[in-house]
Amino acid sequence: MTKVLMIAFMMVFTQNYVLVQFLAICPFLGVSQKFDSCIGMSGAVIFVMTLASAVTWLIYTYVMVPLGLDYLSTIIFILVIAALVQFVEIFLKKFIKPLYNALGVYLPLITTNCAVLAVTLLNISEKYNLLESCVDGFSAGVGFGLALILFCGVRKALERAKPPKSWAGLPITLVAAALTSMTFMGFTGIADKLFG
Amino acid sequence: MKQKNSKWKILTNGIFKENPVLILLLGCCSVLAISVTVSGALGMGVAMTFVLVCSNVVISLLRKVIPDKIRIPCFIVVIATFVTLVQMVVQAFLPALYDALGIFLPLIVVNCIVLGRAEMFASKNGVLDSLLDGIGMGLGYTLVIVCIAVVRELIGSGTFYGIRIIPEGYQIGIITQTPGGFFMFGAAMALLIYCLGKKGRHFDPRIGCDGKCGNCGFNCENREDNIKLYENQAALEAAAAADEKEGSAV
Repeated sequence: MTKVLMIAFMMVFTQNYVLVQFLAICPFLGVSQKFDSCIGMSGAVIFVMTLASAVTWLIYTYVMVPLGLDYLSTIIFILVIAALVQFVEIFLKKFIKPLYNALGVYLPLITTNCAVLAVTLLNISEKYNLLESCVDGFSAGVGFGLALILFCGVRKALERAKPPKSWAGLPITLVAAALTSMTFMGFTGIADKLFG
Repeated sequence: MKQKNSKWKILTNGIFKENPVLILLLGCCSVLAISVTVSGALGMGVAMTFVLVCSNVVISLLRKVIPDKIRIPCFIVVIATFVTLVQMVVQAFLPALYDALGIFLPLIVVNCIVLGRAEMFASKNGVLDSLLDGIGMGLGYTLVIVCIAVVRELIGSGTFYGIRIIPEGYQIGIITQTPGGFFMFGAAMALLIYCLGKKGRHFDPRIGCDGKCGNCGFNCENREDNIKLYENQAALEAAAAADEKEGSAV
């Protein structure tokens, strides 16, 4: 149980995918302009990451390892994720309309979000079990959402600032991202103290 | 002569005019993460160039065979094959580099540069042109990542390719960590805008793919339209329907 809590805490704060590990930078910088799209995107990422973690773990353990195909994990996982995202989209559209309306726009964008593939590959290399993998996927998604929503607020404040001409736009946004990620460095070491 | 000239143009296009990292703004994740040491950056550049060249050539060869509707999954399979190949070779012969690159080596699969070039260039052009485009884009990527790595390694660790230049105790360690990555990339971008501004060219970089890296090639050409498209509910429904069709084809 402690291990599960520790994974959750680390994925959200100390090992945050966006602000510490440089994963999923594209959506982080691309979507963080509007608060609504931040919420939608985070929801979709949390959903897909949790599901993808569970599905890829099951496929890896019960299909790929017995057949000796574990060296093909990159190819198989990306195809599984692509198929899964399409399937989820169709399923939600047919059966759970409200959820589809909330997340549908963002689902096709997720297939090649590098954080999803990363979380499935890391679950395997860290040798997590099924529960730990699911928690890992879920909390990595939460961490992504947290970073996205925090940064959305930073960008709102940034709009009022007047940087030098050549720094305007993306460069100053990246500097703001640097400062935001610096705040997350404050969490370093807490996990060890908390969970011993 | 003219023929030769156009080939040269395709090659240099990726290095300067359409540099994948600084101008097209594709694949920033690995640039930010790996540009900590020059040796790691060089390794990543070589791996990326290899995957780009091979996937460009194979996709260009298969461009008439691949059905249009399922082209993206087909591209991904081709790219993933070469990435797995690189992964195995690096793991077997260069274990230090394998550890340095970590998760970012398999993540070349979802790197927008490779998929973007497959979609934008290789699926529409001949084999030789695609080969040159792959080399050019790979070199452009390597150039940028190595340049950023030189600065970051020098300031952050005081070394150049592992050789100590600034005495111990005078480094700014944070440059090698995550904030330094963001900051250095921002600084490189600002420098580029400044230089282009001097030459009288206006350049407003924007990460326009909105995370739709899978369809990057398409979206990057029509960034503005796409942003509007996604705000427009009616167009959105149509796009979802098209995607569903593609899904059932898969």
